Amino acid sequence: MNDLRTPLARVKGLGSARDGTSHFWHQRLTALLLVPLTLWIGFCIAALPVEYEALVSWVRQPLVTVALVLLVIAVFYHAQLGLQVVIEDYISSHARRTVVLLLSNLLCLFFGTVGVVSVLKIAFGA
Amino acid sequence: MSNHNHPLSPHLQIYRLPLTALLSIAHRITGVILAFGILVLVWVLTAAAHSAGYYAMLAAHLQAWYGQIFLIGFLFSLYLHFCNGIRHLFWDVGYGFELDTVDLTAKLAIVMAVVLTVATWIIGGS
Repeated sequence: MNDLRTPLARVKGLGSARDGTSHFWHQRLTALLLVPLTLWIGFCIAALPVEYEALVSWVRQPLVTVALVLLVIAVFYHAQLGLQVVIEDYISSHARRTVVLLLSNLLCLFFGTVGVVSVLKIAFGA
Repeated sequence: MSNHNHPLSPHLQIYRLPLTALLSIAHRITGVILAFGILVLVWVLTAAAHSAGYYAMLAAHLQAWYGQIFLIGFLFSLYLHFCNGIRHLFWDVGYGFELDTVDLTAKLAIVMAVVLTVATWIIGGS
């Protein structure tokens, strides 16, 4: 094995190029997915009557349910990736950065899950 | 090294940022705004999943003046991030790097963001 990294660098596990591009790539994939979804949700929200019954019957259409779940997942994944870059850029203390990153990732996961469950709950009854 | 005649890069507060630089930081700021703004939209979904009464309460807040200011701000942030994001997607595949193209697409992104915001608002108001 010809490894140019120092033993310390290997132990720290930073700098491996194995999935170095996955962050970039996933940010772009979710961005592409969000192009049609953003236009759709923007104009749907605008055209939607604010009455409760109208909203519920709209969410219950199968295609709308699917699109909304996709949208929530893509938005929160995209947000998590974006917030990660901002946090990494502006918080220089390693300990604080790690904590804030962890919090940001967990909150994105949490609110994304809340969003998906809410859509499904509206769609499937209650 | 104490040669004071060498050219200095202008200080950020003196240097007039080109439009692309302004849009670059605006992309970041709107991204963070959107990350927080989507929490309100998830809240709407959660409210609708909870009950008609809770949804009506939240809808009333969104229709009040502060709710409307939030929604307009959110929509404009969304569309600016959206339009500038499309510029980024073109850059990612290697198009649009010529200086005059960059300037043109920057202006186009801002104009389109305003147009989309107004269009969404008009549809929503009718």
